[in-house]
Amino acid sequence: MKSFLLDGERISFEEGETILQAAIRAGKYIPHLCFHPEFRPHGSCKLCTVKIAGRQSASCTRLAAEGLEVESETAELNAERLLLTQMLFVEGNHFCPSCEKSGDCQLQATAYHLGMTSAHFDHFYPNRPVDASHPEYLLDFNRCILCSLCVRASRDVDNKNVFALAGRGIATHLVVNARSGKLGDTDFAATDKAASVCPVGVILKKGKGFSVPIGSRTFDKKEIGEWVDTRLKERT
Amino acid sequence: MRENASQVLSILEKYGKSQSSLMQILREIQEMEGCIGPDAIDLVCEGLNLPRTKIVGTASFYSFFCLEPRGRYRILFSDNITDRMLGSEALLERMCGKLWLEKGKVSEDSLASVDTTSCTGMCDQGPAILVNNIAITRLDEARVDDICELVRSEVPLDKWPSAFFHVEDNIRRSDVLLSAQGAALEAALEKGSGAILDEIGASGLRGRGGAGFSTAQKWDACRNAQDPEKYVVCNADEGEPGTFKDRVLLTRQAERVFEGMTICAHAVGAKKGMLYLRGEYRYLLENLESTLRKMRLENRLGRRILGRNFDFDIEIHLGAGAYICGEESALIESLEGKRGTPRNRPPFPVTNGYLDHPTVVNNVETFCAAALIVQQGGKWYSTIGTEKSSGTKLLSVSGDCSHPGIYEYPFGVTVRRVLEDCGAQDPRAVQVSGPSGTMISDAEFDRKIAFEDLPTAGAFMVFGQNRDMFEVARNFVHFFAHESCGFCTPCRVGTSLLGNLMDKMHNGHGSTYDFEEIRKLNGILQSMSHCGLGHSACNPVLDAMKKFMPDYEKRLLHKNFTPAFDLDWALQAARQMTGRDDRAAHIERGAQ
Repeated sequence: MKSFLLDGERISFEEGETILQAAIRAGKYIPHLCFHPEFRPHGSCKLCTVKIAGRQSASCTRLAAEGLEVESETAELNAERLLLTQMLFVEGNHFCPSCEKSGDCQLQATAYHLGMTSAHFDHFYPNRPVDASHPEYLLDFNRCILCSLCVRASRDVDNKNVFALAGRGIATHLVVNARSGKLGDTDFAATDKAASVCPVGVILKKGKGFSVPIGSRTFDKKEIGEWVDTRLKERT
Repeated sequence: MRENASQVLSILEKYGKSQSSLMQILREIQEMEGCIGPDAIDLVCEGLNLPRTKIVGTASFYSFFCLEPRGRYRILFSDNITDRMLGSEALLERMCGKLWLEKGKVSEDSLASVDTTSCTGMCDQGPAILVNNIAITRLDEARVDDICELVRSEVPLDKWPSAFFHVEDNIRRSDVLLSAQGAALEAALEKGSGAILDEIGASGLRGRGGAGFSTAQKWDACRNAQDPEKYVVCNADEGEPGTFKDRVLLTRQAERVFEGMTICAHAVGAKKGMLYLRGEYRYLLENLESTLRKMRLENRLGRRILGRNFDFDIEIHLGAGAYICGEESALIESLEGKRGTPRNRPPFPVTNGYLDHPTVVNNVETFCAAALIVQQGGKWYSTIGTEKSSGTKLLSVSGDCSHPGIYEYPFGVTVRRVLEDCGAQDPRAVQVSGPSGTMISDAEFDRKIAFEDLPTAGAFMVFGQNRDMFEVARNFVHFFAHESCGFCTPCRVGTSLLGNLMDKMHNGHGSTYDFEEIRKLNGILQSMSHCGLGHSACNPVLDAMKKFMPDYEKRLLHKNFTPAFDLDWALQAARQMTGRDDRAAHIERGAQ
């Protein structure tokens, strides 16, 4: 079987696999947010960036190749990943203490993993109204990191196209498939894959707040690096 | 809207209800109705069998599409630094004052809106504006006053004085490309596709869009791709601020551009070509269409071209205000009717381009040069210019000089020579190849325009001694933030952070701490961004820091750390709301 080196360790891969896919299968964690093992890689958050032959490259979209020497766990890359995480925090409105997703949030867990102690940059404080029009689900756009996982899930799994990215640049935002712009007027359903795929706290179930107490949540029990392994093991 | 429904349906019919024509359909709807309203979107959803999210996602990506009314007269001021140097900011204020409206807002009677837009490619005859996407040049106070009068009396745009819309070519120096005569297509078809590629190979031609990739290699790769359905795309998106040479080529040599595309199609085996014309050049569309019609009548396009077993035709696709679409994979996405987000590469367009078919994407000037090469011989062409950069280059010269316009030089010309020829008196700096290029100081004026020294897509902006290079860099940074596609985190957030830092310094709150922050942002933009826009967004700031540090330092009121928050500044909104600007409405600097 073909293989490449990840931080000096030999990782085998199958033809067509990307570096991140092969790494995850081998139980190695490379920080990532817009990647999900069940979907086609997107390559937008850039957290999974690794260094190959002196050049940075997103490992979720970079195809694995025989003999590559890939660096991931270096001080330089983790410092850059930390900056990206801080950028995601200041771009939106992330008030962890009052967020239902706290403890289950991959952005928060990644921030802990990377040792983030402050947002570093000035907050943008964007004005993003909440959409509570759907009877069962709530959209809190304040926490959106534009990973497009809900877009992909709704399009590729649910065959619905409930979500899409609109706007450009810093004004990029999530929209839903209704003339009114409200989730309640779409065919979104609680059983949709898109309902469960959000890595942060945008797509939230109504009427069921804090049923698992803070302290007993996913990342209270497990560091995010170990959790990704678990998710894959549960799947296979 | 109801009465317009049938017109929307006929627009959909005209484009064969093709999803990849979404941009053209949206443009025609907007030209008819002033904006793309919810009823029209309903009809497009149904006609193209696309979800609303796709249509809104695409439409909202491009600056020129409006989902809400922007006034019967939508006026956009070109906001390149060269427009500002010619006084565009004061003219914008004058227009807002005369029309009684606030920048960026639509007037209460839905008559007009006034805002800024990225460089419209009229730098040699600015300040320039777009009115309902049609270019108006050489603005001055009198012209602003006339325009306000026309707007207030609601004179239709096609009844405005034609002098307003006059666009000069301003060709100041011609060399082999601009003085070329005669037809190239006949000679090319005579030679055959193998010989065309040989000539292009022998010429050493490299892409004129700035990156300088070998044209022969690109054509060869596309020709060798297995998929028999191939496309030829001409990139006329010319969005780099300060560049306007493609505008002149498309005005003067449109037929040659199309010949170049046809020659390429013959060489690679393509049947369909597309010219991606930037939305700012909407006014060129009718002329280009009529050139295509003429060529079809002459059997130089269409079926069995010049009696040979070769079919090829060209469509024009209009952009809608997005710099990123100059990047070839984003351009292809846009051609397909999508948001202009650069693709993950590889695979490259030569194997997986338009609708996933092999596609050659070349710049307007590259196709012109290719036509010339096939006509005159590759060997001949390779003797012009330097060893690594054969041929000539068109420069779009603007800024502080007496003769702005188009200059064609063999590669290897020094910056100093260009400055002398264009009548630049005592220049301080030149921005070569636009914001994404290089800012050079007078110490570097002996450098050469060539891929091996100063590569360029054509922009050449001259700055005199009184120009503040910090403000130049700040203008460019805001350009990048405005044009970032928003796909990847480092560029989406990083360019905005960079803009905020430059504004902080501009407002007199900068400190030496900010220089470290700029370097940090540059590092992450360069190493982690998805495409060239992010990679080069910091260039002007860093170049200006390296070469014109006093322009930054004079803004640092404090040499040590200064917080970004300023109490007096924070009261700005309150002052505006209450209409006060007296002394008591301010908090004095010392009093904090």
